[in-house]
Amino acid sequence: MDEVIQRTALHSTHEELGGKMVPFAGWEMPVQYSSIMQEHTAVREKCGIFDISHMGEVFITGPAAGERLNALLTNDVSKLSIGKGQYTLMLNEQGGVIDDLILYRSGEDSYFAVINAACIDRDVPHMQQHLAGDGVDFRNESDDWSAMAVQGPHAADIFSQVLPDMELPPRNGILEKDGLIICRTGYTGEDGFEFFSPHDVAAEWFKKFIAAGAEPCGLGCRDSLRLEVGFPLNGSDLSEDITPLESGLGFFVSLDSADFLGKEILVKQKADGLKRKLVGIQYTGKGAPPRAHYAVESAQGEVIGELTSGVFSPSLKSGIGMAYLPIDHTKIGTDVCIEVRGKRFPAKVVKKPFYKKG
Amino acid sequence: MNVPDNLKYTSDHEWVLVDGDVALVGITDHAQEELTDVVFVELPERDKTFDQGDAVGVVESVKAASDIYAAISGEIVEVNEDLSDDPSLINADPYGDGWIYKISINLESEVEALMDPEDYEDFIS
Repeated sequence: MDEVIQRTALHSTHEELGGKMVPFAGWEMPVQYSSIMQEHTAVREKCGIFDISHMGEVFITGPAAGERLNALLTNDVSKLSIGKGQYTLMLNEQGGVIDDLILYRSGEDSYFAVINAACIDRDVPHMQQHLAGDGVDFRNESDDWSAMAVQGPHAADIFSQVLPDMELPPRNGILEKDGLIICRTGYTGEDGFEFFSPHDVAAEWFKKFIAAGAEPCGLGCRDSLRLEVGFPLNGSDLSEDITPLESGLGFFVSLDSADFLGKEILVKQKADGLKRKLVGIQYTGKGAPPRAHYAVESAQGEVIGELTSGVFSPSLKSGIGMAYLPIDHTKIGTDVCIEVRGKRFPAKVVKKPFYKKG
Repeated sequence: MNVPDNLKYTSDHEWVLVDGDVALVGITDHAQEELTDVVFVELPERDKTFDQGDAVGVVESVKAASDIYAAISGEIVEVNEDLSDDPSLINADPYGDGWIYKISINLESEVEALMDPEDYEDFIS
């Protein structure tokens, strides 16, 4: 296996800005520039900018594109109007999640999807196999695009300062113009947009957004921001052994429209009832920050699961995490304990998102 | 980077201030800067005896958990309870209000063998 670590077109910009670089999904990415807490707060209160060039970009075009996508993805592609995007999942035949992605419809027969960096090698052959053929052209352009996410309450202002001649698309919308792709979405729970450009102009745009007020932010706060709003991270909270119904993503699974890969399993699972479910867990008092893989115990001290994600929430100043628990422990308000280095910290099953705007 | 002249240092980024037969220990300015925002401190157990280099507690930031070590062999005689309420004292004042524990000095030679400020500056540069 080729284990060479990849660098984005923004690598030297990160170094100039004092970014602390770490390996992530085969890429060298900034984990933080100043501090996770400071960057997290910048996104919640003002605006931050993230390099997301490691993520994958694929294009699906042709008269049969919509129909073929609808037979592969869980959400109802036929409901997607031109210029809009939808969060959706790609499953294996057992109904397990291969990847979660956002699919945009940029034209009558043109679709664009953003896939997880760690999943590109898994997704592309799978999509190729199920999508490409008569009436559909599938192109993986993951190597050709730089990408950045501008996130926070000031993101729209910053957009109009930097791109005064363009109009930011509406929520979940997509705009393709002048060789750029702009999507009004993100992974932080804040307003914002993702901005895709060719590599040679990426650093220039990144710096323009910073000059307009966006603070450079690393993967550290990207994780704490997404967890506060209960967004799952594939590879941690989602996996090929777990269905999206168990992950609490039923809203993005359309069981009453077209058939898609893995649907039968989900229909059966729904009829039989779930045996486990992903829940939000929050400390009831102070405690050592919860982290992935820490054991979750029932109030009686029996181990009932492990955290798939966990963090000290910078906004709530409290430990939060997610775990798959047996269904009889998933009711909101259920008492649990998180075990950290032999000590047990009391916590409760809580409703997601953990953090809600103002 | 602040490396006070009156302290001794360990390769685990602890500082040591000798006060009679007791040593006051905390983590260095460099260490707190690397860790960034400290959000939780698991303090050493009082009255417990450790060998030099033993893990005695944990300092946690949003990003990661890092062990705190026994800078020298001895018995923990006092811990900074203020850190339970305000772990960020370690960031704000690593050589003052952010001190972590006091340990009895059993072997003078261990203290003498710790790094001088100049050595520690070289070590982190």
